[in-house]
Amino acid sequence: MSEIIQLKNVSRTFEVKRQIIKAVDDVSLGIQEGEVVCLVGESGCGKTTTGKMIAGMLSPSSGSIYFRGKDISTLSKDEFKQYRLGVQMIHQDPYASLNPAQTIYDIIATPLQHHGFTRGEAQTRARVRELLQTVDLTPPDDFLEKYPHQLSGGQRQRVSIARALTVNPSFIIADEAVSMVDVSIRISLLNTLTRLKDQMGLAVLFITHDLALAKYFAWEGRIGVMYLGRMVEISPARQLVERPQHPYTQVLLSAIPEADPDATRRKTRIELRSMDVPSLLRLPSGCAFHPRCPVFLGQKCETIVPRLIPQKDGGAVACHLVGEEKI
Amino acid sequence: MSDSTLSVRNLTIEYTAKRGNVQAIRNVSFDVQRGEALALIGESGSGKTTLGLGIVQLLPTAAQIRNGQVTYRRFGKNGQAAEVDALGLTGNALRQFRWRDCAMVFQGAQNAFNPVLRIADHFADTAKAHGAMSGKTLEERGKHLLTQVRLDAERVWRAYPHELSGGMRQRVLIALALLLEPQLIILDEPTTALDILTQRNIMDVLKDLRNQLDFSLVFISHDLSLAAELADRVATVYAGKIVELASVQIIFKAPVHPYTIGLINAVPTLAGDKGDLTSIPGSPPDLIDLPSGCKFHPRCPLADEKCKREEPELVEVGEQRGGKGGHQVACWHWQNARQTQKAFGVKA
Repeated sequence: MSEIIQLKNVSRTFEVKRQIIKAVDDVSLGIQEGEVVCLVGESGCGKTTTGKMIAGMLSPSSGSIYFRGKDISTLSKDEFKQYRLGVQMIHQDPYASLNPAQTIYDIIATPLQHHGFTRGEAQTRARVRELLQTVDLTPPDDFLEKYPHQLSGGQRQRVSIARALTVNPSFIIADEAVSMVDVSIRISLLNTLTRLKDQMGLAVLFITHDLALAKYFAWEGRIGVMYLGRMVEISPARQLVERPQHPYTQVLLSAIPEADPDATRRKTRIELRSMDVPSLLRLPSGCAFHPRCPVFLGQKCETIVPRLIPQKDGGAVACHLVGEEKI
Repeated sequence: MSDSTLSVRNLTIEYTAKRGNVQAIRNVSFDVQRGEALALIGESGSGKTTLGLGIVQLLPTAAQIRNGQVTYRRFGKNGQAAEVDALGLTGNALRQFRWRDCAMVFQGAQNAFNPVLRIADHFADTAKAHGAMSGKTLEERGKHLLTQVRLDAERVWRAYPHELSGGMRQRVLIALALLLEPQLIILDEPTTALDILTQRNIMDVLKDLRNQLDFSLVFISHDLSLAAELADRVATVYAGKIVELASVQIIFKAPVHPYTIGLINAVPTLAGDKGDLTSIPGSPPDLIDLPSGCKFHPRCPLADEKCKREEPELVEVGEQRGGKGGHQVACWHWQNARQTQKAFGVKA
């Protein structure tokens, strides 16, 4: 398998009130064709910024992003267009990401016609109907002339998926794509995404703050955990949830309440050394997690930034404790 | 005399809208026992928040209470209770009821502090408005409460809202809600929009407080895991009605309403297997144009002609199921629900 997207030492900074904020710090990540990777972490950890850089909506401050082996900053005009079409994004809020003044038909037909995927009214209409069917909006004729406000949140998100599929992408970035959809229909939406991924061989980067959802969606893929702009652990999905290696992942998993009164009340909690989340403006030295880390080792953690080190079990962990034991 | 802090009977609340009346709460009855935590769970638009606002009479003007009673019982030191008709209160009596008897923490209220007032002033304003303590007494009580919600009282007391994180502000609000020692606290989505570790902290604080102080808690959430963690009893709300009400154990381990079953099967858990999840077909109903009969029938695998015609009322089934009482459900087919629980949607 070859890598569709590769990030090499990618960082991104923002300037806010003349202060530099490091939103993403030295992230390296390769995603194979057809692979599912979930990025999880708390708000402000850089997961959305990472997604936007991969989609080409933000450029990295340093480091490089490769699309099918080519650095995206050196692509020719045609190649760049192929890359932008190949990588599509589904946004979090289906109420904000669809034009309220356009019908569903217009929303889906516009990119088809603009990029020359279909010619003429008849061909376009046939393709729009086909796409609506693909995302389980059936019968499609019921939806063509509707406006977004006439659809439920789940249906709107399906329209967003259909729109992303118009340009035959090979990589989809879904940023919290189900978090605003009713609980009872999230799973069917995720199942639709999974089916499309399998049928079309899409690679998917799924960004979420919900680890249980990540495990479900990434089942055969990987989950990456980010903390304050850095990737702290990335492993096969079930392995990460069942045998987390990084103390931060362990703390997160122990803190999540579960929809089972016995399990959730019996769960052993790992206490943090501090509840204060460090400001991105004043990141702690060394390992950014050290002021809160329950297994803090001392000086080494305060001074040396741990690298993300591949482990024998297929995962990779950025922690002095784990690195020391295995290598 | 009943031993419940709050009794809601046949409460019906409607909103007037251009398209017609939104039936946000339809004939809802439930009790909140002394010291218990009751969770109201349901999806967005199911009417949970309206129910909370109705209890403290803070509904927007477009809403009308069409029917029902809300009775609050103020327990004295001797265990005697004085009954208060919460919907009949006006003026000063209503003012006293809110916060002194029943405090509500609104959704997203951690972002609604007055930015130019210190936390101390927020406490002082609340105390003043209710004619309660002031000066040293207030400061001592305020700092004591801030410590109880695991905050650094000295620092937070003097702080402005912007100096505190979202989770800290939420804890300040919980402390503020407790200021006048209410017997009932209503929390609307207390952990929504907070990070996992902050959520955990809020949950732990609430658990601590419930162990230390004597108050009843009603919390409104779409997050099933929060209910599993904190609640003694859980009510499932669908289309403005409680469709199942039982202990947290029964709701999560042996629910009988198809919607409760569907909702629990739809939420992934960390320990869960991929195949355990199913989805409820269709989407939640339009509250202006509700389906006939049982409001869940268009999405329910058990629906038959009767379900389309007649709406089931919430009835006690606990004893029939061989247990104690205290399990109520509104479903014609609750006896078959368990067997068909896998009938939902496409199996994952």
